[in-house]
Amino acid sequence: MAATLNIVRVSASPPAAGIRSEPTIAKLVDTSTCIGCKACEVACQEWNDLPPETTVQMGTYQTMPDMTSNVWNLIRFSEHDTDDGFHWLMRKDQCMHCAEPGCLIACPAPGAIVQYANGIVDFHQDACIGCGYCMTGCPFNVPKFAEKTRRVYKCTMCVDRVAVGLQPACVKACPTSCLQFGTKDAMLQAANRRVEQLKENGFPQAAVYDPPGVGGTSVVTVLAFGDRPELYGLPASPVVPRAVLFWKGALKGIGNLAIAGGVLAAAVHFIRYGRKQKAP
Amino acid sequence: MHTSRREFLKGATTGGVALSVLGFDLTAAMAQVRELKIARTTETRSTCPYCSVSCGVIIHTLGDRSRNVTPTVVHVEGDPDHPINQGTLCPKGITLKQNIVNDRRLTKVLYRAPGTRAWQERPWDWAVDRIARLVKDARDRDLIERDARGRAINALTSVGVIGGCTDTNEINYLLVKAFRAGLGVIPIEQQSRI
Repeated sequence: MAATLNIVRVSASPPAAGIRSEPTIAKLVDTSTCIGCKACEVACQEWNDLPPETTVQMGTYQTMPDMTSNVWNLIRFSEHDTDDGFHWLMRKDQCMHCAEPGCLIACPAPGAIVQYANGIVDFHQDACIGCGYCMTGCPFNVPKFAEKTRRVYKCTMCVDRVAVGLQPACVKACPTSCLQFGTKDAMLQAANRRVEQLKENGFPQAAVYDPPGVGGTSVVTVLAFGDRPELYGLPASPVVPRAVLFWKGALKGIGNLAIAGGVLAAAVHFIRYGRKQKAP
Repeated sequence: MHTSRREFLKGATTGGVALSVLGFDLTAAMAQVRELKIARTTETRSTCPYCSVSCGVIIHTLGDRSRNVTPTVVHVEGDPDHPINQGTLCPKGITLKQNIVNDRRLTKVLYRAPGTRAWQERPWDWAVDRIARLVKDARDRDLIERDARGRAINALTSVGVIGGCTDTNEINYLLVKAFRAGLGVIPIEQQSRI
């Protein structure tokens, strides 16, 4: 399979060879129908053959405080007490597969992070140098470093399944159809339909979470309290950190100029004054 | 060739600059999409054994069932054609692989004699013979051939039969035929769903 034709962007590399226009795929997470069964968590562990991680009792049903290098998918449980009642909010925490991936922009290792034409952002650990810059570039705090292998890991959107036309393992398992899979357009349509339903049913602030600050994401989330994504542990308006953009954008040009200027100055100096004179 | 410190530094700097400006071509090293681990596994349909919902599962085993291959379960996921779960599974059902490939799974008959604590290993034949013996004894002792009004009922209530949720309609038919029609057992429980 000519995978390079599907690749639109590669970390620390020139523009990739991707010329194929595939439909962008997306995963829909309807947080309002999630029952917190964690079938998606287990399906993820099983499909990716990830070793079990010790769970941590934190006073809720949440498996552990945060994702790890072995846990790429975590249902976050948060409790929200309002005037009109108590709401138990669940949200699937995983890589959002941004259209403008901060991890890829920050990554200095050529080929360690690639973005496919279908929207999936995948880590290739064989090229990863374990520097952890992707972790600072990610506005969602997703990539996790593994001490054992000194590499960084995260959700792949089951790129191996999607590449052969299957849906991600978590989506397949979900018993309440809270997770759905399809093209980004289809998922946005489904998400908007669901938001309309929620608005008619006592959640006027319901909204689709597809943050434009990172160019939109391939994980489309429906939030009943769409005006306050932070209730679900989501940043209200995520962006690629400015420091990363400056460092990988403007500063790179300035640095190249400085190198070229240094070489030029040395050449001019050589022409003008010649070789270094022996001390008399 | 003698290299002075100054020449070495010059060379290293020029080489470093050339490499960083011209760059490596790592296209070949760039990994392809991961391979699908179930691309050519054998798919076997089965039923989840945990609860009575009886979800359909597909069990993926190594190899294509040719003669020289010992199949081992490598993956289990929901059966999309099954009318009950339509491909989905619960967090327990999706761990089915661990139910099958598990060091702690019982593969031998363990027997705990009445009034004792210890489990003893026994051969299968011994277990089948003992079950048959006890059933026969219980039936000979407890079979109620006629009710109070003298009607033939042939009821045996001191033996019970429990079927599992993976039993098919056909297995349950045989279960009832063997135990209710054959031995007269009244307490028969199974989940006749599939």
